[in-house]
Amino acid sequence: MIVDKIHTENMFLYYSTKMALNNISIKIPEKKVTAFIGPSGCGKSTFLRSLNRMNDLIDGVKIEGKVMIDTINIYDKNIDVVNLRKKVGMVFQKSNPFAKSIFENIAYGPRINGINDKNQLDEIVETALKNAAIWDEVKDRLGDSALGLSGGQQQRLCIARTLAVNPEIVLMDEPASALDPLSTSKIEELIVQLKEQYTIVIVTHNMQQAARISDHTAFFYLGELIEYDKTRTIFTNPNKKQTEDYITGRFG
Amino acid sequence: MITKANKNIKGIIIEGVTLISALIIIAILVIMLLVIFIGGKDHLTWEFLTSFPTEGMTKGGIFPAIYGTALLVIIMSIAAVPFGTITAIYLTEYAKENSVIAKTIRFAVRTLAVIPSIIYGLFGLGFFIKFVGAHIDGAFFGGELKWGQPNVLWASLTMSLLTLPVVIVSVEEALRTVPQDLRAASLALGATKWQTIRKVVIPGSLSGIMTGTILAVSRGAGEVAPILFTGAAYYLATLPGLGDQFMVLGYHIYVLTTQSANVDQTLPIQFGTTCVLLLLTFILNMTAVVLRYRIRKKKNR
Repeated sequence: MIVDKIHTENMFLYYSTKMALNNISIKIPEKKVTAFIGPSGCGKSTFLRSLNRMNDLIDGVKIEGKVMIDTINIYDKNIDVVNLRKKVGMVFQKSNPFAKSIFENIAYGPRINGINDKNQLDEIVETALKNAAIWDEVKDRLGDSALGLSGGQQQRLCIARTLAVNPEIVLMDEPASALDPLSTSKIEELIVQLKEQYTIVIVTHNMQQAARISDHTAFFYLGELIEYDKTRTIFTNPNKKQTEDYITGRFG
Repeated sequence: MITKANKNIKGIIIEGVTLISALIIIAILVIMLLVIFIGGKDHLTWEFLTSFPTEGMTKGGIFPAIYGTALLVIIMSIAAVPFGTITAIYLTEYAKENSVIAKTIRFAVRTLAVIPSIIYGLFGLGFFIKFVGAHIDGAFFGGELKWGQPNVLWASLTMSLLTLPVVIVSVEEALRTVPQDLRAASLALGATKWQTIRKVVIPGSLSGIMTGTILAVSRGAGEVAPILFTGAAYYLATLPGLGDQFMVLGYHIYVLTTQSANVDQTLPIQFGTTCVLLLLTFILNMTAVVLRYRIRKKKNR
């Protein structure tokens, strides 16, 4: 049975007075990969960032409507943003490891949750690095600075760092856009593996990427959700003309 | 009619005048350093640095003044660095960039930085000694004069006010070199704002906090005016505690210059003291410049 993990209803988002998201209603299934596509400025990243309330960091952002994760509206007054972000992790476009060792990067999340036992941390770090398919490359140099890794390795390290907090949902904001093709394909393989355990939502500029890895695809344009369906349907038999124009490269 | 030769002479004269005035600057520095170094070099001995003045300060060393300067800058740093760092954290991490409060704080910091140092001295006298100190005496010592008089503590706190703007500006600059990406990464992992500041932002700007501290120490070590009324002493036979007046390098130079019993005998000691103070501030400033350069390089990478 497919369960909806994320579910928004009539959601609007404003930057001060400018509307950036217009009436978004969507149901994102659990343990699947859902891709958001659309031209730059269409609101897909803004929408992604509203799912773990990273938009809270920007002054003047106002949100209306429902944003439900499981059965909880994450914009309710009694929501603890800190706990929400533990449950809804995020991987950014540009890899952003801390200027700490590989080990300490992964241990950062568990440590802020009060885990300081060395054996327990060792186990969490190893599991997270294995799940992010980077363990074999770094296991002999966990004490080295994370900044010495290649771009692709850094991004997988950031994914591992997110997994170490044990989230249920992983949001990815164009995680491979700054990487070479080989690193990109490693990240893509990883994402497909991760959906066994996590609900993945990925923003991508790369339509082939969305077609390769996602189960569902949502097409955004000018702050609206134009079309949302199974990926195969979106790419072979879209309902709307705008979707078809975009995926066939007629604009965007 | 202007001939070419005339024009050339005029140009040469103007260039010459500008060059000479620029050279004079170098000459002033070189002469100053040479005079001080030549005059003081024979006194830069271990004994001079580690012994007390003797025979009405016409012989002996300057140990109490070095000790007093060290005590002054240490207490001053303990007060100014945490206070300045916390203020800088408020400005960079909490205050909205163009809010009234942030603008007001920045204006206050800039204004504090240009207030003449003698006015800090008067403020220290009025606030720390006559107000805080006198009230402590009144409340705890039955009015007996203990803290309501000049001492190391009040002098150091007065000096810390003077150096506070330096600390705030340096630390603020360093905090801004920590990329926003890293703050976002930490927050997205479920860290609180304070955890993010403590574990990511402050470790990433430690060298800037160091720079601010060193610049403050260097400024504090050289200033005399703020401590004139708040704690500096002419001569002391023993090393000071927190509640005592103290000898300090800058003031010692002033004393030797203006109140000497025997000018010919005091002069070499005065050169030696000047040399020590100059070397101290020079080394501190160089260290700060190097650190700051490395921070800027990191920022531009």
